[in-house]
Amino acid sequence: MRLYNLSVFQLSELMEKKEISSEELTNAYLERISQVESGTKVFVTLSKGTALAQARDVDQKRARGEELSPLAGIPMAMDDNICTEGIKTTCASKILYNFIPPYDATVAERLKGAGAILMGKCNIDEFGMGSSTENSAFYTTQNPFDAEAAQGYISGGSAAAVSVGEAAFTLGSDTGGFIRQSAASCGVIGLKPSYGHVSRFGLISTASSLDQIGPFTQDMTDLALVLNTICGHDVKDATSASVDVPDFTKSLVNEVKGLRIGLPKEYEAGVEPQVAAKLQEAISKLEELGAICEEVAMPHTEYAAPAHYIISSAEASSNLARFDGVRHGLRVEAEDVLSMFKKTRSQGFGAEVKKRIMLGTHVLSTGNYDAYYVKALKVRSLVKQDFDRAFEKFDCLLTPTNPATAGKTGKNPNDSLAMHLSGVCTLPVNLAGLPALSLPFGMVDGMPVGLQLIARHFKEETLLRVGYTLEQSTNQTRPKPGLFLKYNIHRG
Amino acid sequence: MSRIYRERKVNQPVKITEQDVEQVALFSRLELTEEDKAVYTESLNTILDYLDMLDKLDTNNIEPAAHVLSFKNVFREDKLQSSLAKELVLANAPEEEAGCFKVPRIV
Repeated sequence: MRLYNLSVFQLSELMEKKEISSEELTNAYLERISQVESGTKVFVTLSKGTALAQARDVDQKRARGEELSPLAGIPMAMDDNICTEGIKTTCASKILYNFIPPYDATVAERLKGAGAILMGKCNIDEFGMGSSTENSAFYTTQNPFDAEAAQGYISGGSAAAVSVGEAAFTLGSDTGGFIRQSAASCGVIGLKPSYGHVSRFGLISTASSLDQIGPFTQDMTDLALVLNTICGHDVKDATSASVDVPDFTKSLVNEVKGLRIGLPKEYEAGVEPQVAAKLQEAISKLEELGAICEEVAMPHTEYAAPAHYIISSAEASSNLARFDGVRHGLRVEAEDVLSMFKKTRSQGFGAEVKKRIMLGTHVLSTGNYDAYYVKALKVRSLVKQDFDRAFEKFDCLLTPTNPATAGKTGKNPNDSLAMHLSGVCTLPVNLAGLPALSLPFGMVDGMPVGLQLIARHFKEETLLRVGYTLEQSTNQTRPKPGLFLKYNIHRG
Repeated sequence: MSRIYRERKVNQPVKITEQDVEQVALFSRLELTEEDKAVYTESLNTILDYLDMLDKLDTNNIEPAAHVLSFKNVFREDKLQSSLAKELVLANAPEEEAGCFKVPRIV
């Protein structure tokens, strides 16, 4: 039995029955990591010591008969822009290369409280700017399905970790689609929750009105278990919403009869025919199960990407002003304070981040503010209105996650615009703050395909229900990466 | 230092120059080499050209949405609460002295 191939729910049952201990499980994961990490490059930091200590602590609690969360003793990981007390958090940037947060992000605190075992911190694009890890200051995480490592399929540390079994589940952050796009490319489930549903306290902000923390899991049951732990109001995040959080496991219902599913035609422009065929397959399946699928017009879709580019860059230029060599991270010494700021920031930030900061500063400056920034905020209203109208008639919307098979990294690493445009199906969702799920749906040419489901604000339950029904009735097992043939390690 | 930006009106695209990039780099507290300036001028213009597509859309009577939820200001009781210990806060400081963050001379 390969423990790293089991779901959170299955592992939890094994521990409940005392067939394995959390320490044994943690060691099994550490062994798996030591086998594959040199190929995948998932982690920026491994926290082996604290992981084993946490695991022993959970085992003791279990031995004492304490009531434990289903996540207790489960090895997990999170993106390196989520603060973890005493464990380095770099945002995959040179400017924070040595930053050790003195506190936990609320999500980290909640998972710690539930007894989940933090194995380490996952590679991202520097400050989350991108959806491929190409912009990480350290290295690019390999897509586990891209056996030659040369085709340039996008990946993300937290998505790849779940895909290859370096963590049973992970948390990432989604500003324009990172969670959903990398989950689709790595053949796992990724969810961007509704804005306000999961606390952002301790998430190092890039674009505060767009960022959300969300989970990567192997199946829908695990997704419900993780959401039950991380969702909910937090006084430390002023944008956290005071809404009741349901028990998400109650939404794991294998039934979509009568459910109205909208199909935005605008999202299919530029989608590869093979991906469109997979989408059609899902639509036929849902109709067969009694769902009502109809086209819906979302006329402002094409304007979402440029509006997102302006708003995210503007917010990032303001958020990243705090990195100045005074309180944490890199400092490049200079004679006077202005030179110190400039030298520190120029050497600390990578090329893409600098470009976004400058663009953001430009669109916020006098004379440009109305033409770019306010204009983008107005377009945001229009994009949101498209969704509002669609949800008057439909319970959820179904689209591809990535326009190409698995999403490819830009051929030219400086072509950040092409990379941005690969988020054409995911960016509008962040502008509107809605919850959206990417669900693996088979393979095309050896690469996984992801489908995106979008629901009304705070209606993650609809996503869980449709996702669970598709998972149960298509009988599709999670796609297995082929990467390890290259390393002579077979995934069982 | 206070050169005024040329105003960019809707439907009147303006190319930015190397001098504009120099100015925006200063506002951003970034130092650019001559080569950087040329590279960023070109890449920022590529992006700005792309962003001009928003001009096609009439937004005259549309309210801007900085946020999607209607948030109210969050208040709490004015009571003393515990905070991080000073040593912890200063632990990440590149330089500190007498319990303060130390910076190069300012005046």
